[in-house]
Amino acid sequence: MGRKLLLEHINVPGINTFDVYRQQGGYRAVEKALKTLSPEAIVEEVKKSGLRGRGGAGFPTGMKWSFLAKPEGKARYLVCNADESEPGTFKDRYLMTYIPHLLIEGMIVSSFALGAAVSYIYVRGEMMPQIRILERAIAEAKNAGFLGKNILGSGYDLELYVQPGGGAYICGEETALIESLEGKRGNPRIKPPFPAISGLYGCPTVVNNVESIAAVVPIINDGGEEYAKVGIGRSTGTKLISAGGNLAKPGVYEIELGLPVEEFIYSEEYCGGIANGKRLKAVVAGGSSVPVLPANLILKTVNGEKRLMSYESLADGGFVSGSMMGSGGFIAFDEDQCMVRNTWNFSRFYHHESCGQCSPCREGTGWMEKVLHRIEYGHGKYSDIDLLVDVSRKIEGNTICPLGDAAAWPVASAIRHFRDEFEWHITHPAEAVKRNFGLAHYADPLPPVAEPA
Amino acid sequence: MLNINQSAEIIFTPELLTKFGEIVNRYPEGKQKSALLPILHLVQAEYGWTSVPAMDKVAVYLGLQPIEVYEVATFYTMYFLKPTGRYMLEVCRTGPCCLVGAEKIMQYLEQKLGVKEGEITPDGMFSWRGVECLAACGFGPVLQIGPEYTFHENLTESKIDELIDTLKLTTAKTPVDSIS
Ligand SMILES: Cc1cc2nc3c(=O)[nH]c(=O)nc-3n(C[C@H](O)[C@H](O)[C@H](O)COP(=O)(O)O)c2cc1C
Ligand code: SF4
Repeated sequence: MGRKLLLEHINVPGINTFDVYRQQGGYRAVEKALKTLSPEAIVEEVKKSGLRGRGGAGFPTGMKWSFLAKPEGKARYLVCNADESEPGTFKDRYLMTYIPHLLIEGMIVSSFALGAAVSYIYVRGEMMPQIRILERAIAEAKNAGFLGKNILGSGYDLELYVQPGGGAYICGEETALIESLEGKRGNPRIKPPFPAISGLYGCPTVVNNVESIAAVVPIINDGGEEYAKVGIGRSTGTKLISAGGNLAKPGVYEIELGLPVEEFIYSEEYCGGIANGKRLKAVVAGGSSVPVLPANLILKTVNGEKRLMSYESLADGGFVSGSMMGSGGFIAFDEDQCMVRNTWNFSRFYHHESCGQCSPCREGTGWMEKVLHRIEYGHGKYSDIDLLVDVSRKIEGNTICPLGDAAAWPVASAIRHFRDEFEWHITHPAEAVKRNFGLAHYADPLPPVAEPA
Repeated sequence: MLNINQSAEIIFTPELLTKFGEIVNRYPEGKQKSALLPILHLVQAEYGWTSVPAMDKVAVYLGLQPIEVYEVATFYTMYFLKPTGRYMLEVCRTGPCCLVGAEKIMQYLEQKLGVKEGEITPDGMFSWRGVECLAACGFGPVLQIGPEYTFHENLTESKIDELIDTLKLTTAKTPVDSIS
């Protein structure tokens, strides 16, 4: 069994209530932080832990915190990003539903470390049940003296509020989220200035993912160095993986970073293999925005090494033969799935969710969707494949926010790895609308790499 | 689309105004615009949709220009700019859910309700539409029903039948989440 730092007590009945959570050792981190640590010391512990942002970008949390500007007389804000809309990702919903006090505890410690007197948890509006759960948890914590004025007699005051979104993936991008929290359309801001200098209401602001903030609790309880002992290399600690698609046991799993991908997919402790005894065709390892990999490349790198669930190993091979950890949204495709159809579906998603500020993203996502649609429905031309590659290249890197890249990568990677399947749709249009291309050679072992002479 | 000529009088109830006030208090002095999204959710829960007269009233309440409210209501997908059935069934149509049969579920819903995406059944009870990823990919296919966004997971045709039968018998504004 891998170590659990976040979900250790998830099966304790009533853990969603303050009393049970507290009996299980909850809110110790708040006591320790407010009574024995300075804000700077907390930031130092988080730095030592090596924790990397769990929202997708993987930026070191301690470093992000140390960039926060501290001008005299200006408020500072911590905003928790619970917008969770990246296709394939559902860990934050799980954490907030079943163990909401872990997030509240993390918010209190983190707000104290950053010197915030008011903090917000921005939850996507569709998660109304989770908003109710968090509001109740906040009221319980406040009742017990862990929120409000002079918390635990430390002189530190904190108010915590839950803010609903309105239904827009782009509001997961941190500057769009801030705009939305200010009551505006979710149009990402041009950076710089970064939120650490000018964020919510023009004040220095830190935006962190739900899981990043929850991880601060074990880091403070056990110390940053202890946390860093879990995991592998620069991928420290544990990670919540949202496992979905054609898996025998989909769900949210907490893994120690460094777990082999093969073990994650096939062992009974985790996903229990592919559903209905089928074979694995492809995996999107970190949410829809990261490159898709065929089965052979997700299990082993081109060098024949076992691929691990870590930031470095998933990215091994760069965009040629690797992918990314992203948000940990792990989507498995079985042999019956059509990569063209899935790529079209993802493209439609990005087109739908583009905020429309930048022409390459607004127009390019729509164009890709249209071209993919005609390939899938048997009207594609040979030149369409190169056209898609061309459009994706012209979006990538030419936009205000990373949604443009996120739209380009799934298309580019699907064509890179599944080009045969795209070509077959064009050469066999009548067949392609009736049946799928199948597993083909995508699960074959890779030929050994030639030794350089 | 927006029908600017609706003239139905909208009067917010005292209970609603109390809730608005609580929300406005969450933000610093002068930043009451932050209350816009949560207030629009409350308005929609009350009236079933987000009409122009209601938006105008919200603008007055928050001291905003009406356009500041319209531009927000039209940007986000959760605000209905025209009436829907009493229960709007929103099915996730994004990749991971499609891997486990979301497209079939939508076809079934269309056939069962006898109306196309976005339309209202003749009895005014139901509408349905596909929406993007609802962050429940491990439990797909899924659908949600506002205004409390109750959740129905691992959908099958018989679960849809059961759900629709239950909703038909429900008189409450908020559907029960007894089936999941
Ligand atoms: C289009 C887009 C969508 C995003 N969606 C989310 C999201 O739903 N949740 C999240 O935590 N981060 C999301 N991010 C990343 C945030 O911008 C930000 O990096 C993150 O919240 C920082 O928190 P972390 O450092 O704790 O990961 C998204 C980024 C982009 C570009
Ligand atoms: S890249 Fe797309 S989503 Fe991001 S700011 Fe530009 S248009 Fe908006």
